[in-house]
Amino acid sequence: MKHMIRQVFRPGKFLFGFILFLALLLMTIVYPLIIKDAPLAIIGRGTFFPPGIYMNVFDSIGSPQYTLMLDDAAANRIGSKLGNAERLAMKEWLVADGIPGNEIDIANTEKLIEQWENNYDPAQSIAGMTYAKQLYYQRLNTSLQGILSIEGAIIAGNNPESGVLEESNSVAQTDYVNIREVPNVRVLPLGTDNFGRDVLTELVSALATSLKIGFVAGTVATLIGLTLGLLSGYIGGLIDDIIMFFTNIFTVIPTFVLLILISFSIGQEHRGAFTIAVVIGFTSWVWTTRAVRAQVISLRNRDHVNLSKLSGHSIAHIIVADILPYIASYVVMAFILQISSGILMEAGLSILGLGPKTTEVPTLGLMMNWAMIYQAPTLGKWWAYLPVVVTIALITFSMNLMNTGLDQVFNPALRD
Amino acid sequence: MKGYRRYFLNKALWFLVTLVCAFILNFFLPRLMPGDPVAAIVARMAQGMSNATGVQAIYQQYTELFGTNKPLLQQFFIYVNNVLHGNFGFSFSFYPRTVASVIKSSIWWTICLQFPAIIVGWLIGNTLGALAAYRKKGFDKVLMPVSIFVSNFPAFGMAVILMVVFGVGLKWFPTSGGYGFDLIPNLSWKFIWSVIVHYQLPFWSIVLIAIGMQAIGMRSMAIYELNADYVKYSRFMGIKDRKIIRYVFRNAMLPQVTGLALSIGTMVGGALVAEIIFSYPGLGYTMLNAIMGGDYPLISATTLIVTLMVLTTMFLIDIIYAFIDPRIKAAQFD
Repeated sequence: MKHMIRQVFRPGKFLFGFILFLALLLMTIVYPLIIKDAPLAIIGRGTFFPPGIYMNVFDSIGSPQYTLMLDDAAANRIGSKLGNAERLAMKEWLVADGIPGNEIDIANTEKLIEQWENNYDPAQSIAGMTYAKQLYYQRLNTSLQGILSIEGAIIAGNNPESGVLEESNSVAQTDYVNIREVPNVRVLPLGTDNFGRDVLTELVSALATSLKIGFVAGTVATLIGLTLGLLSGYIGGLIDDIIMFFTNIFTVIPTFVLLILISFSIGQEHRGAFTIAVVIGFTSWVWTTRAVRAQVISLRNRDHVNLSKLSGHSIAHIIVADILPYIASYVVMAFILQISSGILMEAGLSILGLGPKTTEVPTLGLMMNWAMIYQAPTLGKWWAYLPVVVTIALITFSMNLMNTGLDQVFNPALRD
Repeated sequence: MKGYRRYFLNKALWFLVTLVCAFILNFFLPRLMPGDPVAAIVARMAQGMSNATGVQAIYQQYTELFGTNKPLLQQFFIYVNNVLHGNFGFSFSFYPRTVASVIKSSIWWTICLQFPAIIVGWLIGNTLGALAAYRKKGFDKVLMPVSIFVSNFPAFGMAVILMVVFGVGLKWFPTSGGYGFDLIPNLSWKFIWSVIVHYQLPFWSIVLIAIGMQAIGMRSMAIYELNADYVKYSRFMGIKDRKIIRYVFRNAMLPQVTGLALSIGTMVGGALVAEIIFSYPGLGYTMLNAIMGGDYPLISATTLIVTLMVLTTMFLIDIIYAFIDPRIKAAQFD
């Protein structure tokens, strides 16, 4: 046993796949211990907030203020409002307004803004300009208001008695707060999704659910496949005929079609993650059955099995002690592949809109489905779909690496 | 020849039995769905109608038309009769179009997308796999992990990434549809060009995954053959390396050819996802619409076509193999 384990872990492929899988598994265990938010809690009002650190504006006003004299602060401030695209757009408007192009230097911020303020008039309509473009210029104009001023901003509150605005505080351009002294800071490493949920928390929970689905589907498929294969191969006769009849039928009917039909007939209301997993398991036992049967048939007339029979051991004992050890390596490999294909099948079903119902738990397929329905790829919201795709790819990759590694150990012909 | 006849009869019998089972599953499973799809259509048609008797009359007319008011078993026999006459009934979600016309307009898109993609992916994949097995060293070290990773990549993930990089980012190709939304199918150059441009992303998303899968299969087959006794023996005999390699790859090809036939047979079911992601007007996209609309005549018909194609291919493979490799026929009668 010890020798076998050492041999299994020797090829790099298996070890790498195993470590990858273990890392993903550990993440689903450790992450919920640290961050205890509900994975489906809707925290954002709005769709697809980009990844980053979200700091409460209201709290930051009340936090202790520090003055830092940084040289590039003003340049950064202007730069964030006035990128290259905006400068070109401003030039375009000014040229359309009648100012010669060679008088406009988009690199010279001060002069550009001065020209803009002197000439831009929101009410003026330029021939051939779409309404959307006009609105864009109006927004740009508003955001440029006061961009070059060195005055601070005044914070005023409503006096509850008189209803008059009263200055309570003022913020200079050189004021800073320490992010650790702001009471409410939320880190959203992967932003929020279309419903305003934290993508990372959701992703970890979805990964856990998908692994469970894969595990249940794999267990169901392997158990059915193993039992039927053993019965059919060892007992033979009528039982073999009946089992092979069903196996042959289910081999040729495409699994995915069967899966679609069954999930459809269950109906949206009754499809839980567990149900889907069991359905996937029930539709993918066929190849395990065939392979186990073939191996058992070649084993059942070996000398040690015959000896066992002569000694009067029961069928159960013969199967467990004399047959199972020989097919164990194959069954384990098939089990690993079933898990990864179960995860992929769930994802495929969910994309078709036939996945588990959407209100209870997230799964990787459902997250993908939501991102597709809300058009995250075309809107450029990569954080809603890319982490999901990468996670699925990593799981199946790690499983297949483990499988190839085991194959090399138990199937010496493939060793290089 | 007697052995062949028994073998073919046996195979043909199996083909029929499986077809009947698949047909029965195809009919009954979607109809077990809770809820009444006809009621949903009537609700859509009768939007804004306040007259309850009117709505009732419409509902009556539709159940009559779709035959959903009869007992399920009777519906089944009517359906069998209709299908034998090539009539799949009306589609619920595309009403007044018939299921046959919906499928006829979509199946060619699927075949024209998948068939070339499978062939191209198979050719490139096998060449790479054979090279990896023969060259080993650096080529193999790089190619193998890459192909394992690529072939494990979920089909929709590959489609989405291609779409984002080449469709949204570089704007080389359009991201959805089979042709420009402002065009009507005709034989002008503009339309053909639009079809070609829309073709690229779904095509390559299928090809890339096929390459990975075929390369892995070909590599392990070729390694297995390269270590076979006849190769060593030929080496001792002093036969030229190039000639040995020809034998090796011909032997390694056999299972790969089965793989090719199988993937051509399963192609309609194989890349539903790529069609769905790119809204390509093929069978997969039609199936998605049918599922969304609770349209079970259409679902039954699409799944039936997929099943029929797979069954027929498997049957043909069995028949052809019996001629190519007599051992297989013999093995059936152990």
